[in-house]
Amino acid sequence: MASRDDIKFLSNPTIGQQRKKYCRFKKYGIKYIDYKDSEFLLQFINEQGKLLPRRITGNSLKYQKLVAVAVKRSRHLAILPYVADLLK
Amino acid sequence: MNHYEVTFIIDPVLSGDEIKSTASTYESLLKDQGCSIVHVNEMGLKQLAYPINKKSSGIYYCVEYSSINGSPIAKMELALRRDERIMRFLTIKLDKYGVQYNEDRRSGKISSYKKKESKKKSFDGPPVAPVAAVQEKPEVVAPVAAPIVAPVVAPEVIAPVVSNEEE
Repeated sequence: MASRDDIKFLSNPTIGQQRKKYCRFKKYGIKYIDYKDSEFLLQFINEQGKLLPRRITGNSLKYQKLVAVAVKRSRHLAILPYVADLLK
Repeated sequence: MNHYEVTFIIDPVLSGDEIKSTASTYESLLKDQGCSIVHVNEMGLKQLAYPINKKSSGIYYCVEYSSINGSPIAKMELALRRDERIMRFLTIKLDKYGVQYNEDRRSGKISSYKKKESKKKSFDGPPVAPVAAVQEKPEVVAPVAAPIVAPVVAPEVIAPVVSNEEE
């Protein structure tokens, strides 16, 4: 049993805090997004095959635009689907 | 000099020789136009994300070439469009980062993105460990091991990190 001194918080204090979002392309210096790499692009689309918004992925505007172009190219080449159900 | 990249999908119904000859005709077509071919990437038979011409798979080829101007593209695309063996094609212009990326990819500096495989392995580890070392407090080992491994793995999981590993 934990004594009364051990109990400092009734709930986990980190639960409410939001982790700061960041642009992974800026952080890791990725300059080119390959439209042939379907596994990588899967991170930016939801399970219906739609592009995820910037507010969720945290991408900067510059790279969100490049991601969108890459996803559209890979859709054309049937690497990613236009419409899907339970993609992930 | 501009760098271009054309990716096309060849009908999988054709025999192996026909597929290779199809790809080589387009290589020679580009050479005739005065382009220098940088690399030909045979991506092989892949499952299509959606059926094209009632076929669910196709053979992917990716040809990177450089040209003084964009005039060969029109002839190349016309030939691809007329060819029944080609199911789909896409020509793009590579910027300097794209050229660099393709070079790094070929030399094995960039490995393709893998879906959290390394993270899964670290979680598979702890359940095995207690069997071997029951007396060494496995309950303490497991929680410590997971947080240490996770941050180290994270950069690899998020991005195709530059590494020396061969694909």
